[in-house]
Amino acid sequence: MAQVVTAAETLEDKLTQELGYDDHFHEHHHGDKYQSNFLTTYIFSTDHKIIGRQFLITGIFWAFVGAAMSIVFRLQLGFPEADLAWLKPLLGKWIQVNDAGIGKLDPEFYYSLVTMHGTILVFFVLTAGLSGTFSNILIPLQVGARDMASPLLNAFSYWFFFLAGVVMLLSLFLSTGPFSGGWTAYPPLSALGQASDGSKAGMTMWIVSMSLFVVSALLGGINYITTVLNLRTKGMNMWRMPLTIWAFFITAILGVLSFPVLFSGLLLLIFDRSMGTSFYLSEIVVGGQILDRIGGSPILYQHLFWFLGHPEVYIIILPAMGIVSEVLSVHSRKPIFGYRAMVYSILAIAFLSFIVWAHHMFMSGVNPFISNFFVVFTLIIAVPSAIKVFNWISTVYGSNFRFNSASLFALGFVSMFISGGLTGIFLGNSAIDIQLHDTYFVVAHFHIVMGIAAFFGMFAGIYHWFPKMFGRFMNETLGKIHFWGTLVGAYAIFWPMHYTGMAGVPRRYYSIENFDSFRHFVDLNQFITIAAIVVFFLQVLFIINFFYSVFSGRKLTTKNPWGANTLEWTTPIQPGHGNWPDKIPAVQRWPYDYGKDGEEYMPQYVPLRDGEHDHGH
Amino acid sequence: MGAVSSPEFSRNKIHPHKFALWVGIASIMMMFGAFTSAYVVRRSAGNWLEFKLPDIFFFNTVVIILSSVTLHYAYRSFKKGNEKLFKALLLTTFVLGISFVILQYKGWEALNTIGATFTINPSSSFIYVISGLHAAHVLGGVAALLVALAHAFILPFKPTVRRRQRLELVVQYWHFVDVLWVYLIMFFMVQS
Repeated sequence: MAQVVTAAETLEDKLTQELGYDDHFHEHHHGDKYQSNFLTTYIFSTDHKIIGRQFLITGIFWAFVGAAMSIVFRLQLGFPEADLAWLKPLLGKWIQVNDAGIGKLDPEFYYSLVTMHGTILVFFVLTAGLSGTFSNILIPLQVGARDMASPLLNAFSYWFFFLAGVVMLLSLFLSTGPFSGGWTAYPPLSALGQASDGSKAGMTMWIVSMSLFVVSALLGGINYITTVLNLRTKGMNMWRMPLTIWAFFITAILGVLSFPVLFSGLLLLIFDRSMGTSFYLSEIVVGGQILDRIGGSPILYQHLFWFLGHPEVYIIILPAMGIVSEVLSVHSRKPIFGYRAMVYSILAIAFLSFIVWAHHMFMSGVNPFISNFFVVFTLIIAVPSAIKVFNWISTVYGSNFRFNSASLFALGFVSMFISGGLTGIFLGNSAIDIQLHDTYFVVAHFHIVMGIAAFFGMFAGIYHWFPKMFGRFMNETLGKIHFWGTLVGAYAIFWPMHYTGMAGVPRRYYSIENFDSFRHFVDLNQFITIAAIVVFFLQVLFIINFFYSVFSGRKLTTKNPWGANTLEWTTPIQPGHGNWPDKIPAVQRWPYDYGKDGEEYMPQYVPLRDGEHDHGH
Repeated sequence: MGAVSSPEFSRNKIHPHKFALWVGIASIMMMFGAFTSAYVVRRSAGNWLEFKLPDIFFFNTVVIILSSVTLHYAYRSFKKGNEKLFKALLLTTFVLGISFVILQYKGWEALNTIGATFTINPSSSFIYVISGLHAAHVLGGVAALLVALAHAFILPFKPTVRRRQRLELVVQYWHFVDVLWVYLIMFFMVQS
């Protein structure tokens, strides 16, 4: 086996030398002035591989914070009678201890926790942590570029994200608490400081943080698009790009077109909050006081918000889809089924995502006839989504599947995406929404389809590309425990929520004990909380595995441990600045030639044989 | 900025930085698209204060179009190697750009005088916010022009590929803020 690997590597070097693209890289860099000390190498780096890892580790930090918040509010929901005084050292005044010594979560802070959980997970973890990480690490490596189109702007992209995180983190320590009006920040609640404590300084910092985040997303997106379109290596035409790249590329386009609209909405909100305008505020009475605002429309904010908000859920899920396509194909040792259909369905989903935003607003008073339009287009999204699911299943079907942590999480993604996608068909109907809107059914739907599913895609990507990022493997046993525990645990958390939601249990409520009709859900609520705690500790296990493996994992000894076709595995085990020490390999074929003509795999740099058909044309 | 920006690296017809600027322009257009759509949606909801846009905004449109023309000829003289004309026209563009921002401020003052204040009704609030944000983008362009001026007057005149590409980025962005204003003023005209 070892001999075969050596032979393949010599062939690779030979082909790269003969056919590779020579950009005179080695003549420009005598010694690496960009990575000369610790600070420029690991902190203020402009190298896409470091920036990707910065996104990843920051994302892991935020995932831990956001998940811990959900455990605190789940404790309140599942065990409303329990004594939470033990959390006082951590949460201080947000735990109210009564005369009997029983500690309770402050209701106002409960809303803050729900709001922060949503904001952090949607933006900081599943946008920056997922697409930021993998777009950075994989785009230049897989298209065959030395770095991003503008490495400097790329570094800014990370640092704006970092700053956004700092501002959001600081808002947790305000005496009036962080913002508490829900991650969507609907006015008038978000526009008026008088409305609630969280809408005071907490909301101001929320807007500042989100504006910094928009800048980060735009700088990143502009770079990803330009790199994919302009810096592909010789022979890498668009139809030879791995599906990961297609997914990151379309994700970036969605971000560049939708985040500015969020910024517009937030800017008008800032003026309403601080300058006395009435874009979103109509005649309004707060706490018995009549305000002098007239003529605004809160629905206008919802339109602007969801014009970002809906593409945003695809910004979250498309990178996961791309990663899953690649991981499933590599570990099935089979070509991806329906490559072009996969690309076209990504394009179709991206297009449709811009014309379905009002399905988040069926119940906010939009015209029912306009709703029909949005219902139809929402349901059409099921078509490209189903195409992708069938293609993943067909890729795995009949394959000699390698069961490892990466491929299991990719399979788990498909399972979650089907389960969550089906409930999307329920919720896309405006009539059914009359019963289901703002219930736990919605919570179950989006947590499964874009929360857990995107996390599974992210985990698949981390386990799969960990050797490329850190030159070591993660522990497989811990990885498999992580997978099976999380798969079962995630369904245990969210499956029961469909039932409580169908019965009408509203989301975001501090307590449902006082409703007679929901009293029989007490046990189910406890069960959900216990499952959430178990799943939380399984993620802690993952974090331990991650950091342990960074320093002490099994070392990578060959360049291409999975036998994959894509270009990132042709770089040295620890690629330096510029990724390839000499020439960039030229691409000769599409990336999915697995099990073809008796060869287990054919990397992209291997020329076509006589009479061989190339899928990339 | 590392290996990528050296011209011999790129095998493409369009320089990556230029393409990146186009993508950035697309995202700015989305932002202003959002504002003008919000304007239309909000206007159709009624309770809308009607007023006539002060003439100064139309006069100012001429100023910014003129600045685009001077910049275009500045770029042409740069390519032809006409140093004096290039410097003069670049400076004119810069002065026109600054004048535009000052005149916009005068326009907001004129709006205030006719009673269309910032907070009285969304119809006037929108004008301030949209034209203000546009002015912020023009100021960004003025800053870019300032860098181009510094290059023109401090560095020795050499129409190299690299210098031309840098100038092209400034030209591209400046024409964009010009066209953006023409769109906005036409939008306000059609709407009022």
